[in-house]
Amino acid sequence: MLSALTQLLIFQLAGEVIARGLALPIPGPVLGMLFLFVALLIKGGPGENLQTTSQNLLQHLSLLFVPAGTGIMVHLHRVSDEWLPLLASLLVSTLATLIVTALVMKLCQRSPAASGEAS
Amino acid sequence: MTQEISQIWVYLSASPLLGLTITLLAYQGAFAIYQRTGNNPLANPVLIAVSVLVLFLTLTGTSYETYFAGAQFVHFLLGPATVALAIPLYTQFRRVRSMLLPVVAGLLAGSLTAIVSAVLVARLLGASTSTQLSLAPKSVTTPIAMGIAERIGGIPSLTAVLVIVTGILGAVGARYVFDAMKLRDPAIRGFAIGIASHGIGTARAFQVNEQSGAFAALAMGMNGALTALLVPWLLSSF
Repeated sequence: MLSALTQLLIFQLAGEVIARGLALPIPGPVLGMLFLFVALLIKGGPGENLQTTSQNLLQHLSLLFVPAGTGIMVHLHRVSDEWLPLLASLLVSTLATLIVTALVMKLCQRSPAASGEAS
Repeated sequence: MTQEISQIWVYLSASPLLGLTITLLAYQGAFAIYQRTGNNPLANPVLIAVSVLVLFLTLTGTSYETYFAGAQFVHFLLGPATVALAIPLYTQFRRVRSMLLPVVAGLLAGSLTAIVSAVLVARLLGASTSTQLSLAPKSVTTPIAMGIAERIGGIPSLTAVLVIVTGILGAVGARYVFDAMKLRDPAIRGFAIGIASHGIGTARAFQVNEQSGAFAALAMGMNGALTALLVPWLLSSF
């Protein structure tokens, strides 16, 4: 687990350094994900260690958003002042994005692949 | 006795231990509720945990800064977790490659819709300019969204909150939207949820189906990069 976590941090660090060094608009961790993906393609897959650690980390991905979400308490004032435009904007936009993305993909998919079960 | 308790409280409120512990406790409680409801999207664990924490911090008069001194250790793991998304992506790579056209078209359409509709609705309903700007990057993952908000003159910490709310809305609502559309393909369901509601949507997708999760992770990464390019460009051209 320790070596897998170190690997993830090394890829993040590499992403961070390159993104900042070249002033890219892509954030470090996303670039790190890209590097790891390329490394996996070259290596032909993750080792068992990395596989297990990532699975554990991703299983509770939603936990990692809790500290930032709790930051809503700092903005309660603005949120209560502008609750209608904020709520309407987030609701309409999230629904529209889900529908538009799914529809466009469905239209572009000429022969629906048979693999995979409905979720 | 009360003095002793208040002394203990003085110690606890100054140490990162409390913020970290209550974050983990609140989340585990929330996750237990979520599982007990059979992973019902309405019982979203982030929503429950955040509500409990805000209530607790408000009642004890603890500031967010004090809380975050402890919670930052959890927050930090977002970085390595984002990198780890490469693994499900690799596992599903063959399916992704076979869907190159839908993926690219869905990304472009979804990314534009997310930005433009959020800003337009807020503008029509009279939101302040700084609120509109803070809304523009709301569909991408927290660190990217905060960076974009900073660059265009929004309020990064407000954006972080809007990002989380967007994530929760998508994670809660997606199933009902897709079911109403009679959309069954787990790849498309996952990809759309990743575009609309980033990591929180991706977390939800992983709990439903591995393939959905991988496509959500892909969508979240691509949308993060594209939104960072699109938002400043859209703002300067309108």
